[in-house]
Amino acid sequence: MHETTAPPGAAAPVFYQQEEHAHGESGTLLGFWLYLMSDCLIFAVLFATYGVLGRNYAAGPSGAELFDLRLVALNTGLLLLSSITYGFAMLEMEKNRVDATLRWLAITGAFGAAFLAIELYEFAHLIHEGATPQRSAFLSAFFTLVGTHGLHVTFGIVWLVTLMVQVRRYGLIADNQRRLMCLSMFWHFLDVVWIGVFTFVYLMGSMR
Amino acid sequence: MSATAEAGIARKVQDDGHDDGHGDGHGDGAGQGGHHSPGAHGSVRSYVTGFVLSVVLTAIPFWLVMGDVLGDTLKTSIVIMAFAAVQIVVHMIYFLHMNTKSEGGWTFMALVFTLTLVVITLVGSIWVMYHLDRNMMPMTPHEALHRP
Repeated sequence: MHETTAPPGAAAPVFYQQEEHAHGESGTLLGFWLYLMSDCLIFAVLFATYGVLGRNYAAGPSGAELFDLRLVALNTGLLLLSSITYGFAMLEMEKNRVDATLRWLAITGAFGAAFLAIELYEFAHLIHEGATPQRSAFLSAFFTLVGTHGLHVTFGIVWLVTLMVQVRRYGLIADNQRRLMCLSMFWHFLDVVWIGVFTFVYLMGSMR
Repeated sequence: MSATAEAGIARKVQDDGHDDGHGDGHGDGAGQGGHHSPGAHGSVRSYVTGFVLSVVLTAIPFWLVMGDVLGDTLKTSIVIMAFAAVQIVVHMIYFLHMNTKSEGGWTFMALVFTLTLVVITLVGSIWVMYHLDRNMMPMTPHEALHRP
């Protein structure tokens, strides 16, 4: 199935690959972890902004009037499901099964896309009701925080599709395994951020 | 690619060992020789365990808020924040395979440092701004809308 021609990058020096095997590449994974930690700081600042401004409604609508918790619960479920299906993709990758890996990745991407669709529907609904980001400090902070998370999910899906093409074309070579492991961290990290979002923004915002 | 195949076999053996072994299920520790990375994967059992725990830890806060079970905003807030904290730890362990030994402890060090900064940012901002807010002139929503 895979050709013997190696993709660009695979011709890199092999000395560390043999030492660390496919799960090593410590430099990349540690570096990506550090990136995620810096991303975590971005979200911390946005959460802090929301924490400060979240009750400044400027006589506009409050979270209790706007949020539909059933939609949020559905979205949370979708993201949680996408986390476990990505985990299954990683397990199939470990067994070197290209088709099964791609199948689980596709399911993960579908859950992610459904999450995004529902979030965009929610945003459109809010804006239609006049709850635009310009309406109040609360809504500015809300759209910035939740929108940034949605943007991360969007880029996660773009990355996922890119990697599916890569895996389809080159197979589960060491480079692709390393990339899938980075995306795995990214995807699970987004789910962790979402825990903060649904608790801090939606659930606490829905209470008076 | 023979190195990859060998590694796969080696890991499979290890994973089987884990399943027979201890009950916590996530694939860290023992046979990994200390260079277990945060992206390394667990077993089906560890993912399912994490998923079930997450569903329970998500469902309870939603139920508490949607059903207004406790009847007290402050009490409910504290309880759901505690659930969120526990769920974040569950995700870290079962999905991100966080442990104190991966990459020679550097991932954990980076995490602790980041969490320190996150706590300072959140608590500091909310505390300082809350106190500044108390020095503002009291204003009704109507006045806020029509202020000069």
